[in-house]
Amino acid sequence: MTDQLNTTARRTTGESEAIGGSGAEAGAATLASDLSGIDATVGGPVVGTRPRSLWTDAWHDLRRDPLFWISAVLIVVFIVMALFPGVFTGKDPRACDLAAARHLPSPVHWFGTDIQGCDVYARTIYGARSSILVGILATMGTAIIGSAFGLVAGFRGGWLDALLSRTGDIFYAIPLLLGGIIILYTFPNQVGTPYIVVVLKVVAALAILGWPSIARLMRSSVLQVMPNDYIQAAKALGARPGRIILSHVLPNAMAPVMVVSAINLGSYIAIEATLSYLGIGLQEPAISWGVSISDASGLGYVRSAPHMLLFPSLFLSLAVLAFIFLGEAAQNAFDPKRH
Amino acid sequence: MSESELSSGSEPRRALTPSGVGPTTEDLGPTRASRHVGVEPILSARNLTKYYPLSSGVIRHTVGHVKAVDGVSFDLFPGETLGIVGESGCGKSTLGRLLVSLEKPTSGSIIFQGQDITTLRGSQMRRLRRDIQIVFQDPYTSLDPRKTVGDIIAEPFKIHPEVVPAGRRQARVKELLELVGLNPEHINRYPHEFSGGQRQRIGIARGIALNPKVLVCDEPVSALDVSVQAQVVNLLVRLQKDLNLAYIFVAHDLSVVRHISDRVGVMYLGRFMEMGDEDQIYDRSTHPYTQALMSAVPVPDPEARDKRELIVLHGDVPSPANPPSACRFHTRCWRAHEDCSVKVPELLPRDDGAGGHDSACLYAEVFSKASEDITAADQVG
Repeated sequence: MTDQLNTTARRTTGESEAIGGSGAEAGAATLASDLSGIDATVGGPVVGTRPRSLWTDAWHDLRRDPLFWISAVLIVVFIVMALFPGVFTGKDPRACDLAAARHLPSPVHWFGTDIQGCDVYARTIYGARSSILVGILATMGTAIIGSAFGLVAGFRGGWLDALLSRTGDIFYAIPLLLGGIIILYTFPNQVGTPYIVVVLKVVAALAILGWPSIARLMRSSVLQVMPNDYIQAAKALGARPGRIILSHVLPNAMAPVMVVSAINLGSYIAIEATLSYLGIGLQEPAISWGVSISDASGLGYVRSAPHMLLFPSLFLSLAVLAFIFLGEAAQNAFDPKRH
Repeated sequence: MSESELSSGSEPRRALTPSGVGPTTEDLGPTRASRHVGVEPILSARNLTKYYPLSSGVIRHTVGHVKAVDGVSFDLFPGETLGIVGESGCGKSTLGRLLVSLEKPTSGSIIFQGQDITTLRGSQMRRLRRDIQIVFQDPYTSLDPRKTVGDIIAEPFKIHPEVVPAGRRQARVKELLELVGLNPEHINRYPHEFSGGQRQRIGIARGIALNPKVLVCDEPVSALDVSVQAQVVNLLVRLQKDLNLAYIFVAHDLSVVRHISDRVGVMYLGRFMEMGDEDQIYDRSTHPYTQALMSAVPVPDPEARDKRELIVLHGDVPSPANPPSACRFHTRCWRAHEDCSVKVPELLPRDDGAGGHDSACLYAEVFSKASEDITAADQVG
């Protein structure tokens, strides 16, 4: 029995040395074998390729996606339109001639004229600014508020998470459109209200009602990142919570939020148009697609002058589609299953 | 080792207890070999426990505790490796995380260089983190995928800017890469461009960046191929010699633990069952659980394999939420007597036929003497 045990023990010793790659020569020989292992890697396939992060991987995929290029070109056009409308038209959208109201498209008025005799083409071009501005600001607002709440809720957990999540649920329960109507109806615009205040009111309404979906997304994404050992490693190194959040959690958790934000941008533009159509979003004298659609859809106008409705609606749809396409392309590119 | 040597060996332990109370049984740490007499341990644990609350019900209330670590004491001496082995769920990883202060112990103390570190806060805790670092098991989740290797290894310097001046950090990172056997020119690569073994080297480089005195290795090679395991274990051995590191080496692979460890502790359900020098545990174990573990070590020689005694334990590991009374192992022990469920066996020096070492078994015996108690149902092969 003792012999058997000793045999076992000796075998074990032998085996452990075999695993260790001969403990006796551990010194220089080990180093040499280690280094030879590295040399093999140096000669490996990674040499010559540029270092690729997950972002460059995503960009690599995006470049091959026609959906991305279509949406990117459209978005660039719309942004230029918003920044420099003069590039696209020399006409003044506010120079209206009542005598020339409701003209059909012609070489003089490409998209025709509206009920006030204003040039529909010029108004559509100038309308991009409000719509894009509302879309971008509302997206930034929801992304910032939602990400901050989601990060804190997911990172801290416990009662703070419960409090923030339930607060989000309350806002989430209010339909975006209904909530927007209530907020904007409560704070109506006066005749002299400056343009930017009118825009910011709509943005604020959308941001207040839109952040919970982003917060939920960010929270779940943070909860996926938190158990990773690199978070534990940072804690073991003594990193402060702020450092861990900004340096490790946020960069690893933000991809889904960016994708959804791009998709949301399109829907915020559509909601701005809806609110303007209802007469509580942007209002005259502000120019926006929603305002134009609202003007054009008065009783009988849809039949007598459909071009007044068609062109702003077309631009609105294209802009919404472009951002949704961009979001989908980004979603595909960030999808880990593609790599 | 005679009885008198044993008692003299336990003598310096008195100085260890921060409160300075007398050498009661609770204060006694595990046996020291004669080489440790007069040497101050660098890291000690005394009666360390970690209970996780179990809650249930609509109104969340605590209905019990998972006793992940339940009364663990040991000493780690400078430059040595303490291997910790045990089955999954025995609390060895929790112990490792307690030692690097990633978890707060429920009770007990961890003494680093004479100071209880469980009560440290703020800047003192940050200073301590330079001295005790950790290497994680999974090389795929322990490195931030969005950071370059250079960023990952330089992060310790950003958190502790006093260690290396800003201008020298890049050079220091390259030094570290070279030290762990990686090409310093790969500093701008991302983790996913490296193999598992290389990623583990990056994790080790991050662990040693602050020149720690103790490195807790939480199953550092368990996720790697066997051939790569050997390389990483050898790297750890070389770094230990060069940098005079003390390792806590947590693993479930008995062969790897034997290769790297000076001393080994065997854990079962949150407690040490046996602790001693590597040969004491592997050749002269006196605790039946250790003996069962050792009999499961694969033997490469088929003839020897046929001859040896295999101990098969019956049943599953009991729940750590409701562990067996007194000796945790008595429900699966073939040598259990009636008092094993009543009398708690302390981790004390017990005779192993060659001087004795720590064992938490009331009926500690080396395997050959005890074997007649094994019934036919207990053995296979």
